[in-house]
Amino acid sequence: MNLKINDQDHEVDVDPATPLLWVIREQCGLTGTKFGCGIGQCGACTVQLDGVAVRSCLTPVQAAVDKKITTIEGIAPSSTELHALQRAWIEEQVPQCGYCQSGQIMSAHALLQNNVAPTDEDIDQAMSGNICRCGTYSRIKKGIKRASEELAFVSPSKTESHG
Amino acid sequence: MGKWTRRAFITTGVLTGGAVVIGVAIRPGNRANKVKGMMAGAGETMVNIWLKIAADNTVTVVVPHAEMGQGVHTTLPMMLADEMDADWTKVRMMEAPGTTEYANYALGKGFILGEKDFPAFLIDTVDGLFLTVTKNMGLQITGGSASVRFTGMLAMRVAGAAAKAVLLQAAADEWKVPLEELVTKDSYISHKASNRSEPFATFAAKAAELSQPAKPQLKTSKEFTIMGTSPARFDIPEKVDGTAIFGIDVALPGMKYAAIKAAPVFGAKLKSVDASMIKDMPGVQKVVQLENAVAVIADGYWLAKTALDKLTIEFEKTGNETVQQADIYAKYLVDLKAAETNGKEKKDVKQGNVENALEEAAQLVEADYKVPYLAHATMEPMNCTAHVVGEKCELWVGSQNPLGFAKSVAKALDFDAENVMVHNQYLGGGFGRRSFDDVALQAARIAKEVDYPVKLIWSREEDTRQDFYREANISRFKAALDGNGQITAWKNQFLFKHDPVEAPHIPYDVVNQLIQYSESETHVPWGYWRSVDSSMHAFFTESFMDELAHTAKKDPYEYRREQLSKAPRFLKVLDLAVEKANWGTTLPPNWGRGISLHQSFGTIVAQVVEIEIIDDALKVHRVVCAADPGFAFHPDGFEAQMESGIVYGLTAALYGEITIENGAVVQSNFHDYQMVRMNESPKIETYIIQSDNWPGGGGEPSTPGIAPALSNAIFDATGQRIRELPIKNHKLQANQKILG
Repeated sequence: MNLKINDQDHEVDVDPATPLLWVIREQCGLTGTKFGCGIGQCGACTVQLDGVAVRSCLTPVQAAVDKKITTIEGIAPSSTELHALQRAWIEEQVPQCGYCQSGQIMSAHALLQNNVAPTDEDIDQAMSGNICRCGTYSRIKKGIKRASEELAFVSPSKTESHG
Repeated sequence: MGKWTRRAFITTGVLTGGAVVIGVAIRPGNRANKVKGMMAGAGETMVNIWLKIAADNTVTVVVPHAEMGQGVHTTLPMMLADEMDADWTKVRMMEAPGTTEYANYALGKGFILGEKDFPAFLIDTVDGLFLTVTKNMGLQITGGSASVRFTGMLAMRVAGAAAKAVLLQAAADEWKVPLEELVTKDSYISHKASNRSEPFATFAAKAAELSQPAKPQLKTSKEFTIMGTSPARFDIPEKVDGTAIFGIDVALPGMKYAAIKAAPVFGAKLKSVDASMIKDMPGVQKVVQLENAVAVIADGYWLAKTALDKLTIEFEKTGNETVQQADIYAKYLVDLKAAETNGKEKKDVKQGNVENALEEAAQLVEADYKVPYLAHATMEPMNCTAHVVGEKCELWVGSQNPLGFAKSVAKALDFDAENVMVHNQYLGGGFGRRSFDDVALQAARIAKEVDYPVKLIWSREEDTRQDFYREANISRFKAALDGNGQITAWKNQFLFKHDPVEAPHIPYDVVNQLIQYSESETHVPWGYWRSVDSSMHAFFTESFMDELAHTAKKDPYEYRREQLSKAPRFLKVLDLAVEKANWGTTLPPNWGRGISLHQSFGTIVAQVVEIEIIDDALKVHRVVCAADPGFAFHPDGFEAQMESGIVYGLTAALYGEITIENGAVVQSNFHDYQMVRMNESPKIETYIIQSDNWPGGGGEPSTPGIAPALSNAIFDATGQRIRELPIKNHKLQANQKILG
């Protein structure tokens, strides 16, 4: 079957019931997406299907065929630029061990796509599916706010330029 | 004193203070030439074993500790670079390779790597201390909040200063000018009189040949230019774009995957496996039987796990199949009582005359406290990739003790120690768990059965049920108060004692103290868990202290304050937390405020917690954390560690509970071993007291104080005294009086 991950095609030969997580990691070699619990409890495996955050450990690979799959490796605008969230994560020095952070960023990314200026409550609600054992929650929240401010600042001019 | 465990060293080492231990980094002389081949690339010069200088004048610092989020890959280079006067923008980091050659070379002084015993006659000597430190660092252990306060202070700073000394000497020789006329700054050496200035790199080769001072002059804190600042951490960029490689991410050509199930009852051995169900499953390679576990190797992890779940596995009986959690606590009480009766309790602190003081008490206060077993639950489940070829084994794993792992694997496979190599990777959380070699031994034994590399990954269920647990414990108190409410006797009995030794000790002015402990055998494996014994003793002692304050009808802060006459540093930390938290101001109805004060790993931490009871639910609003770590070399990183330790401790206080049923762990995954999430995470404010005191640790010291501060806040809000953790097991009710 064919998977479109971060705008690249991957031909994979696996049992269609295999969770997307393991196909992304083992067949496609994209290891930024992490295994944490296997039951959709921790969010470390978060990716996006057509822009919607999903737990790839519970998503059969067949459900991702014909969908646009986005992983942590695919959110930067180019190989030399980072996404606003990634820059904010560096500015706020968010990660500690870093293991959960791909999932955190993917959840935050999905949040900001729907809500450019989330409140604390919006952030809590969108991010509470992602566990961080290093307890970086307050910095994650700061990171999301920093990125949202930057995106809010950028997006009106974009809208203008697109007419 | 003959036995030297790593924690014994860590806790003892701090007591020796700074002066005697300088010089470890360079002893026994500069042998950088011997690792040059392994460590230095083209155009690079190893100046000493801890650093190399490249032709473009970049300085690369060799760090012998694992990065697990504590920022050590940045803070240790800062310490070296500052002493050296290096240009921070041109400093790089490399983790020391996990090979016995490097460790032996680096710090060995003739002792066999991993030897557990030091000759007793050496222990009491300064040189013995050097050797102990050397061995500790040689083992590349990351734990005990020790990286900065020992490796940083004893190795990194000395190495940087020594390198600067020989670079200056080389420049003075070259330019034929007096040494004292030279100035170092930003990786350059300048001579003002002759208007010359050259990069370090110019003199590196000459410098490396010079004999390095074992006790170079170190900077005072006023001279620091990098230490005490908070530059961006080196490891963060690759942790935001998915490129950081953790143990679980390692990929090797031809690699297969293994899933494993070990005996649920600790200590049980494998009896039989029926693999007929999976013999025709495509992609399944092999079933491997270990002494107490079964592993399935397959072309992918999911396949391996699916096949494993189809097996019919039987384990031998051990006699522990009927052990229930209640039995363990009951046995604890019996063993505590028996030890008291037969006088077999071990004395921890004995001063004054507790029994007399108890008899003369104006008021007696007694309370029993209890805490459950805890698992580590690192975000990255245990895993290890191994490849065995002939008599050689390579391992890829995130480890807090890579050389210890190599040694264990060599022993288990009966290989020569030098034929086992560990490639350490980023750790997706450590918290003590990744100092245990069990998964590396499993991976090596599985890989020995096949001729390709195998990546062994534990399921979360396996990770939760095959941990080394923070022990369940009971702590019993009896205290005497005089007519003024002052404590005249403090008697405390509990089970087990590991580290840090001061965990159950109190800083308060109590003349008569008896602190003692005894043992109670269980089959549940014990392990270092973030802050170790302090993770429970701070809850015990600081909750009981709160009880005493309320019994004496005094404000819990004032009560502590009055009894800290011999502990000025504690007092200062306590006062700072209270000031920042606006202690004493009126809170809204159903809110409560609690305080705690505890020292561990050389750092004193006071916490003030504000909570609210909403119906019967608990909301933790705010934590004010004041800390005296001596000196925080990377204040932002230290603050991050305080935040981290508090959230870790909060999870344990609110939810953490591993229970034993029929000899095995009940909990399995995050649905029944619950974690604090963002919506439950309080606002945390950290305030640091910087001084010239010997530095304390950062990774652990904030974990102990959150449980008592929280419980004390609950008492403030509800009048309910929490004597057993976790808090989720208590039905909280807002104080009717407050509501009234």
